[in-house]
Amino acid sequence: MAPKTTEKATEKVLMKGNEALAEAALRAGCEAYFGYPITPQNELAAYMSKRMPKEGGAYLQAESEVAAINMVYGAAASGVRTMTSTSSPGMSLKSEGISYLAGADLPAVIVNVQRGGPGLGGIQPSQSDYWQATRAAGHGDFHPIVLAPSTVQEMADTIHIAFDLADRYRTPVIVLVDGMLGQMMEPVALPEPGGATVVEKPWAANGHQDKRPHNTITSLFLVADDLEASNRARFARYEDIKRNEQRVEEYRTEDAEIVLVAFGASARTSRTAVDLAREAGIKAGLLRPITLVPFPVDAIEARIPQAKAFLSVEMNMGQMVEDVRLVVNGRTPVEFFGRVGGIIPAPTEILAAIERIAGDDACAKGGDA
Amino acid sequence: MTTNFQLAGFGGQGVLFAAKVLTYAGLLEGLEVSWMPSYGPEMRGGTANCSVVLSEAPVGSPIVTEPDVLLAMNQPSFDKFYHAVVPGGICIFDSTFVTDVAEHDGVAERAEVRLVPVPASTLALDNDLKGGANVIMTGVIVRQSGVVSLETAEKAIEKSMSARHLHLLDDNLKALRLGYDYE
Repeated sequence: MAPKTTEKATEKVLMKGNEALAEAALRAGCEAYFGYPITPQNELAAYMSKRMPKEGGAYLQAESEVAAINMVYGAAASGVRTMTSTSSPGMSLKSEGISYLAGADLPAVIVNVQRGGPGLGGIQPSQSDYWQATRAAGHGDFHPIVLAPSTVQEMADTIHIAFDLADRYRTPVIVLVDGMLGQMMEPVALPEPGGATVVEKPWAANGHQDKRPHNTITSLFLVADDLEASNRARFARYEDIKRNEQRVEEYRTEDAEIVLVAFGASARTSRTAVDLAREAGIKAGLLRPITLVPFPVDAIEARIPQAKAFLSVEMNMGQMVEDVRLVVNGRTPVEFFGRVGGIIPAPTEILAAIERIAGDDACAKGGDA
Repeated sequence: MTTNFQLAGFGGQGVLFAAKVLTYAGLLEGLEVSWMPSYGPEMRGGTANCSVVLSEAPVGSPIVTEPDVLLAMNQPSFDKFYHAVVPGGICIFDSTFVTDVAEHDGVAERAEVRLVPVPASTLALDNDLKGGANVIMTGVIVRQSGVVSLETAEKAIEKSMSARHLHLLDDNLKALRLGYDYE
């Protein structure tokens, strides 16, 4: 499902994550972008402001994040591929609108280039919005699909997948990255222009011209039975999403006894730490969720019999670790290591956490003997 | 084999561009590469720095805290990053602006770091390459680090330049060679 690349397009160029994501969004058929400035995602909006008019699409810097997400609602209702982007504090402001998108079953893509929090926090990279993205993207009984790329290339590839999933399941999709991925440059092979998936949207409010009945887009259901039915229909789709859309990358997990779980930026340094641990004779591996919703429960479940422990490595005080514990359900220890405030966990300190767990395990075995 | 670079100077001295050239050169040589600018509030105060990683393995963290090669384009950058250079590393600095080296705290104890003073800003002015000190220093980095070739760096310069600046390509190539050949 990753977008095709032409021979010419596969020539790799150096781009910032924010810019690569913006260009890939245009190539995925994004026709309307609405945003409001905030560091560290500004390059994304700036890139859109330059390119979108040339593509004949709509670019608007709104007066606030609240306005921007409601413009997304309007554009999505008309059936076009639309997106917004922001960083953590802005995400809180968008949360009401995201809930309305979910309630009206509208497809849209929201990019959160996370920074440290709470409050205004800092502008350095963070993963402190995991709970917000997966649990509390807005009020009401819903959750979006959440995708978490970990390289600039994957940011470019993911945005196409995000639009496809949004359209297929009629749901908002959050792309959760961080300041490091947004600001860094890496080689990227951009997807082929014009490769956008075309999805029929017979529900769109795009002018009936007296040829069909009115389409109504709303999240307001004042009759209890109607509201319950709409919730149940949405959660039936969530079951399909859980079944079909779990994405994960595994690295050296085949025989891993200590299974690291990490996404995005912290997955990169965790991967390096896995190599260091292997050099030290410890059987470590990395399980990297690419979808945070749906959480890759099947992949984690499959590693439980062989795992002496799981180690969740995050740039927060311990959020995803709770999802790992939900899957593991007490069958094996689930540990946590994290750094906050804009600090990326260093491979050496992750290695120290792995060695501590491996040592504890060796002691436990020694005690049994 | 992984080489970590830290390039630092005042905003406007072009360290981000120098870092981009280095990164593109790594890409053209088939290495795994990353370019990561500091984007913190200190940028507003006038200093800019950028991490570059050139590696045979996928890059974990693109943020360099212990550089193998440091470029310091001014005194504050030298003072801030000199002590972070790994033993056996190289510290290249613009001796036009970095003048407090011998007396600098701890320099004597760090004999294991090779100091490479180059008066890049003076060289730029003397050679009619105003504003080219960063590219001169890119040539020095290419020569001293030996991770990429001069020919690759020349190609990388063109790749790194925006279309509206391409009329300056010859000046940049001249500056690159000037730095590469500097003894």
